[in-house]
Amino acid sequence: MANVLLSRILVLLEPSGDERIIASSSAELLSGARQFAAVVDACSWNGSALAATAGRYGARRLLSVQVAEGELPEPVAARALAAAIWADPPDAILVPHTNRGRDVAARLSVLLDSPVLTNVVGLEMSDEGPVSLHAVFGGETVVRARFTGAGPGLFLVRPKTFAAVDEEGAGKAELVNLETGDATGTDRVRVVSRHVPQADAIALDDAAVVVSGGRGLGSADNYALVEELAALLHAASGASRAIVDAGWVSYSHQVGQTGKVVKPDLYIAVGISGALQHRVGMKDSKHIVAINSDPDAPIFSIADLGIVGDATKVLPRLIAAIQSR
Amino acid sequence: MNVAVLVKQIPDPELLPALDPDTFRMVRGSGFVIDDADRYGVEVALSLRDASGGGEVTAVSMTPGGETGGLRAALAMGVDKALVVSDTELAGTDALSTAKVLAAALARVAPDLVIAATESTDGYTGTVPVQIAELLGWPSISYATTVACVDELVSATRQTDAGTEDVECPLPVVVSVTAGIVEPRYPSMRGIMSAKSKPIATLSVADLGIDSGAVGAIGARQAVISATVAPPRAGGVIVVDEGDAHEHIIELLAELRLI
Ligand SMILES: Cc1cc2nc3c(=O)[nH]c(=O)nc-3n(C[C@H](O)[C@H](O)[C@H](O)COP(=O)(O)OP(=O)(O)OC[C@H]3O[C@@H](n4cnc5c(N)ncnc54)[C@H](O)[C@@H]3O)c2cc1C
Ligand SMILES: Nc1ncnc2c1ncn2[C@@H]1O[C@H](COP(=O)(O)O)[C@@H](O)[C@H]1O
Repeated sequence: MANVLLSRILVLLEPSGDERIIASSSAELLSGARQFAAVVDACSWNGSALAATAGRYGARRLLSVQVAEGELPEPVAARALAAAIWADPPDAILVPHTNRGRDVAARLSVLLDSPVLTNVVGLEMSDEGPVSLHAVFGGETVVRARFTGAGPGLFLVRPKTFAAVDEEGAGKAELVNLETGDATGTDRVRVVSRHVPQADAIALDDAAVVVSGGRGLGSADNYALVEELAALLHAASGASRAIVDAGWVSYSHQVGQTGKVVKPDLYIAVGISGALQHRVGMKDSKHIVAINSDPDAPIFSIADLGIVGDATKVLPRLIAAIQSR
Repeated sequence: MNVAVLVKQIPDPELLPALDPDTFRMVRGSGFVIDDADRYGVEVALSLRDASGGGEVTAVSMTPGGETGGLRAALAMGVDKALVVSDTELAGTDALSTAKVLAAALARVAPDLVIAATESTDGYTGTVPVQIAELLGWPSISYATTVACVDELVSATRQTDAGTEDVECPLPVVVSVTAGIVEPRYPSMRGIMSAKSKPIATLSVADLGIDSGAVGAIGARQAVISATVAPPRAGGVIVVDEGDAHEHIIELLAELRLI
C-alpha cells in the first residue's frame, strides 16, 4: 500500500495524572501521527504546562481552551475543537481511546456530524486516505475500515498502538488559545472532588513485567500473592474486571477493553479465564504465562507457558523458589 | 422521577458470533437477549425510580428486526414500559446514526434522566450515550460507578484514567454506568408473568421523522474494506502441575533475565 502523506493531522492530547506533562497515550498518538502527516498539531485544555512535552513528541502547535477548576473538560474541549476544525480542517483527527478522549470524540462527532471509527489498533495510508485497523473477537480477526463521509475522519485510537518517540531537542509547541464556545448547557456537570490513588511504584501502562490476578485467586486476601510476586519481579500488578468489580483491587489495576492496555515483555495471568475483553488488553505481550486450574480456559490458547493448577498452591511455591535464589 | 433506560438487544453471546465473509457484518444468531451491560443500567434506573417515590422507567431500544426478547427481560426486572424503534432499514447503522435514532425516541419519552451502559458487549464503541447527550443538548456522566439523585441533583462517582472523580449535575442528564456498580436483580416469577402484559410501543424510522437514507448501511459513513484472521500465537507449552510446575516459570524468568 502506497504510503501517502497527509498534510496535517490534529491530535487530541490529555494531561497525565500530574497535569504537567501529556499522558503517555497522547505522546504515542503524536508520534504515530508524525508517520503519516507533514504537520501534526495538537489540541488540549489548560495547555500552557503541556506545550513543552507536546513539542517533544512532534506537535507544531498546541491549540488550547481554558477549562475552569471544577468543570469537566470534555464538552468544552469538544466545542473548541469543533470550531478549530471548521476554521482550518485537518486531514484526519486522532483521539486517544481513554475515558476522557472517548467522551470528547463522541461530542465532537455530533458537532461535526461525522461518525467515529472506534477501537482503532493501527493506521495505514491508502490512495483514498487513512485506513484504520480494528481487532475483533479478542484480536483473532483484524478488520480494516475507512471513513467514507465528507470532511476529516475521526479516529479513536487504543493506547499502545504506536510507540512514543521523544524527538529530543524539539522546541515547545506554539501555544494557540482557543475561544471557549457556548456549551449550551452540556457543561453543567461539576466535579466535587478528584481522587488519584497514590501512584504505584511501577506504572501498569509502562511496566516491562505485569502480574495480574483474577477471580480464580478465590479471595481478596490472595491478591497479596500477586503483589508479592510482582514486587519480586519489579513488575506492576494488574487485575481482571471481575475482581475490580468485586472490590478486591482498584480500577487503576484493570487490564482489558475497559481498563488499561499493556504490552510488557512478560505477562503472568493468575486465575484469569481469558475472556475476549481481557485479552484485548494484554494479547500483544511478548511472553504470556497463565496459571489456571481449568485446562480448557481460553487464556491457554494465547499462553506461551500454561500451568494447569491451583494458583493458591503454585504461587507460594514460585515465590519461595525466587526468594531462595 | 421518570427515567429512560437504554436496552440493547444482542444475539445471545453464548452462541459464538461470526463475520459474514461478503458483507463483513456480524452474523446474528437467533434469540435476542438483553446485553448484560444494560442489566446494570436497568437496576440503577429501577432503584432511582423507587428512591424518588414515584414515576416510571421506560426501556428504549433500537433494533432492525423487531426483537423484543431483551425488552421483556427488562420489563420482568420491573421496568414499567418499553419503546422499540424497529425497521429493517436499520441494519448496519453506525454509532452516530444509532444515537440520532435513540435521541429522537428519547425525545418522545421526555424523561428526567437517561441511563445507559458505558459500552455494549457486541459493539463496544462506547460513544452512543454521550452522542445522545450532545444531540439532546444535555450534560453527561460516563463511567459512573455510583449514582444517586436528591432534589433533582444527580451525584455520581466516575472512573477516570487517573482514578475517580465525584461529580454533581442538575437534571436532565445522561448517565452511563459500568458493570459492577450494583448487582442486577433477578426477575421474580411474578415479574416474568406481569412482563407479558406490560406495553411495548413500536416506532419506525419514518415515525421519528428521520430520513431512511441517513440510517442503516446506506447512511453509514464508514465502510469495512476487509477482514482477515490474525495469525494465531504459536502454540505454547502446557504443563499440568504436580507440585513442581513452578519450575517451568523459574526457567522462563531466568531465560528472560528477570531473576
Ligand atoms: C463491555 C465489557 C467490557 C469488559 N471489559 C473488561 C476488561 O477491561 N477487563 C477484563 O478483565 N474483563 C472485562 N470484561 C469482563 C470479561 O468478560 C470477564 O467477565 C472477566 O475478564 C472475567 O474475569 P476473570 O477471568 O477474573 O473471572 P472468570 O472468568 O470467572 O475466571 C476465573 C478463572 O479462574 C480459574 N480458577 C478458578 N479457581 C482457580 C484456582 N484455584 N487456581 C487457578 N485458577 C482458578 C477458573 O478456571 C477461571 O478460568 C468486560 C465485559 C464486558 C461485557
Ligand atoms: N441499539 C441500541 N439500542 C438501545 N441502546 C443502545 C443501542 N446501542 C447502544 N445502546 C446503549 O449505548 C451503550 C453503549 O453502546 P456502544 O456505543 O455500542 O458501546 C449500550 O451499552 C446501550 O446502553
